[in-house]
Amino acid sequence: MIVEKQIPMREQAPDVRGRNFNEVPYGYSEDEAVLEAERCLQCKTAPCVAGCPVGIDIPGFIEHVKNRRFADAVSVIKGDNALPAVCGRVCPQENQCQGVCTLGVRFEPVAIGRLERFCADWEAEHEACLPEIAPETGKRIAVIGAGPAGLTAAGELRKLGHTITVFELLHEAGGVLMYGIPEFRLPKAIVRREIDALRQMGVDIQVNKVIGQIRKVDELLDDGYDAVFVGTGAGLPRFLGVPGESLNGVYSANEFLTRTNLMAAYRFPEYDTPIRVGERVVTVGGGNVAMDSARTALRLGAKESIIVYRRSEDELPARGEEVHHAKEEGIRFQLLTNPVEFMGEDGRLKAVRCLRMELGEPDEGGRRRPVPIKGSEFEIEIDNAIIAIGNGPHPLIPQTTKDLELNRWGNIVADSETGQTSKRAVFAGGDIVTGAATVIEAMGAGKRAAAAIAAFLAENDT
Amino acid sequence: MYKILKKRTLGPKIREYVIEAPDVARVAKAGQFIVLRLHERGERIPLTIVGTDLDTGGVTLVVQEVGKSTQEMGDRFHEGDTILDFAGPLGEPTEIENFGTVICVGGGVGIAPLYPIVQALKKAGNTVIGIVGYRSHDLMFYHDEFVAACDELHVMTNDGSFGGKGFVSDPLREILESGRDVARVWAIGPAIMMKVCSDVTRPFDVRTIVSLNSVMIDGTGMCGGCRVEVGGVTKFGCVDGPEFDGHKVNFDLLISRQEYYAHEEACALERYMTEAGEGAST
Repeated sequence: MIVEKQIPMREQAPDVRGRNFNEVPYGYSEDEAVLEAERCLQCKTAPCVAGCPVGIDIPGFIEHVKNRRFADAVSVIKGDNALPAVCGRVCPQENQCQGVCTLGVRFEPVAIGRLERFCADWEAEHEACLPEIAPETGKRIAVIGAGPAGLTAAGELRKLGHTITVFELLHEAGGVLMYGIPEFRLPKAIVRREIDALRQMGVDIQVNKVIGQIRKVDELLDDGYDAVFVGTGAGLPRFLGVPGESLNGVYSANEFLTRTNLMAAYRFPEYDTPIRVGERVVTVGGGNVAMDSARTALRLGAKESIIVYRRSEDELPARGEEVHHAKEEGIRFQLLTNPVEFMGEDGRLKAVRCLRMELGEPDEGGRRRPVPIKGSEFEIEIDNAIIAIGNGPHPLIPQTTKDLELNRWGNIVADSETGQTSKRAVFAGGDIVTGAATVIEAMGAGKRAAAAIAAFLAENDT
Repeated sequence: MYKILKKRTLGPKIREYVIEAPDVARVAKAGQFIVLRLHERGERIPLTIVGTDLDTGGVTLVVQEVGKSTQEMGDRFHEGDTILDFAGPLGEPTEIENFGTVICVGGGVGIAPLYPIVQALKKAGNTVIGIVGYRSHDLMFYHDEFVAACDELHVMTNDGSFGGKGFVSDPLREILESGRDVARVWAIGPAIMMKVCSDVTRPFDVRTIVSLNSVMIDGTGMCGGCRVEVGGVTKFGCVDGPEFDGHKVNFDLLISRQEYYAHEEACALERYMTEAGEGAST
């Protein structure tokens, strides 16, 4: 008999977790994981595998979980995914593996993400499972940026026996996993653990290295690197371009989250970096970063945390679970609303003036375009605003690399299958190519580029 | 980890450090900055580069102890010790060419990052007129260096304890009024000083470059905390600057943004001083 619904994952109560930074869900116990694994039909077509950007053998690992062979399950996952504890927590599974699950046609799909997370956490509590490393090839690859794309490329190439150096400009590896995604959604200890596993595999990760300044991409090739992978991400925060956006109290989501996550400002003054959050905070945007920001503001003491989004609930680009969690915690959604001006007094933010919107014709992306309603202006008194409307490409590598083709937004032009750029031996992937997307899409790009780099090295073997 | 090769006191609460960072020393140019972090719980502190030494791999910085982190650096980090993180160079270098006669104005601790610019301008063939200002005689530093590097040097103190009495803007105005052909002016120091200098040069239509020390986290274009308004357009201090056209900078906004965390900074410093005091008494 098929269990129609997913085994629920226990989590902190909304009224409690809204005031702390501990992770929201607790994860499955072994018994819960086995029960959920038993729901998998082990269907021959396995659409879930094709739905996974890194192509994990999902039925394979789930079968091991069902049989309580957890270490084997971990091995299967790690064959395709270097960061399972991360992906189990932050992947938009509903649009990927779980979105195409055969069981999901009639019932709730198998909770693949929760099972992946369970396996990764089981490994952390038991013995670490390091993938096999092929014999050393002597080929050297420089990876620029230690975010999801770069770390994945590094792990894949290291498994093939290549010598990998990852250059990160911040003081800690992880990219958006460290500075962007909050502790309550992705504990930093877990990110560090996954990165340590890469180090144990022999990946050399160097922090505080500003490539583009200390060495340019061409100089790395001159230094004897056989190939370079650029995974420098979408770093440059976008603003709305409305008056008052530089008032004190208006943050970019990047600044707000970096202060809180990477710099641990939520523990100020034990940690030296401060952050200021007043009683009422508005976050502008509807993606995961907006949900993260609004929920972080609540945890930093805001009495009221409001999402302002110009389209309707159906168009919210955030993961369903994030919207659900945000609502449970009491985040208010002010939908079909667009800020037109931030107003202040003595340089401090006091209010935001907004326009109400209605949905018009679909735009080129297929989402219905928001259209302002005339005369609908109103004001919300606020202490802080967080602008979470996306990021442009990180400028350093595009600006300092000669003959690197860029698109009109400044993203690096790279083949979507191979990551090959306009420069020989230079590959790129992740947000620096696609613009802001998801962790797993960046990881998929890193993985595909790693395969292409390996092929390139084999072709040029002398 | 980055070793402190040298540390010396330049004046009350002003210290010079040479940090071992050969990657940075090899490529850094005048006008660029670095970001350092002292320890695991530290904040990222942006500091403009004062000098580099290719032989030792040293990067020279001058730090004024104004808040908790800089105070802690002065108290607890000594020659031979290491700091945890050091990244750079960041930002755009100063535009250096032979302009003719230029004036370099430095105020307080801003005199330190002005020094490599003066040297580079001199080396490029400019006639460099230096104007440096201190609150008083006991806060003076780099005097000999500026005497050696400049073709002409004017020293001002607010209280008249050395050189002329008054502000750096006074000799700046006098030189421009005297009709000398000045191609370009640099002004580096407190925001208010840069604002006044820019106001002085504006009627003479002399291009004036200022170096903005806005609040920032990463220093690489990611946080946008350092945004400044230049000619009505929002710019990022870290990647578009730190140097901008002083005639176009909205200094009032800069000053306002610099003060956003004043309360937190004061609390952190007080907490640190209390702890340090307790430590000293046991």
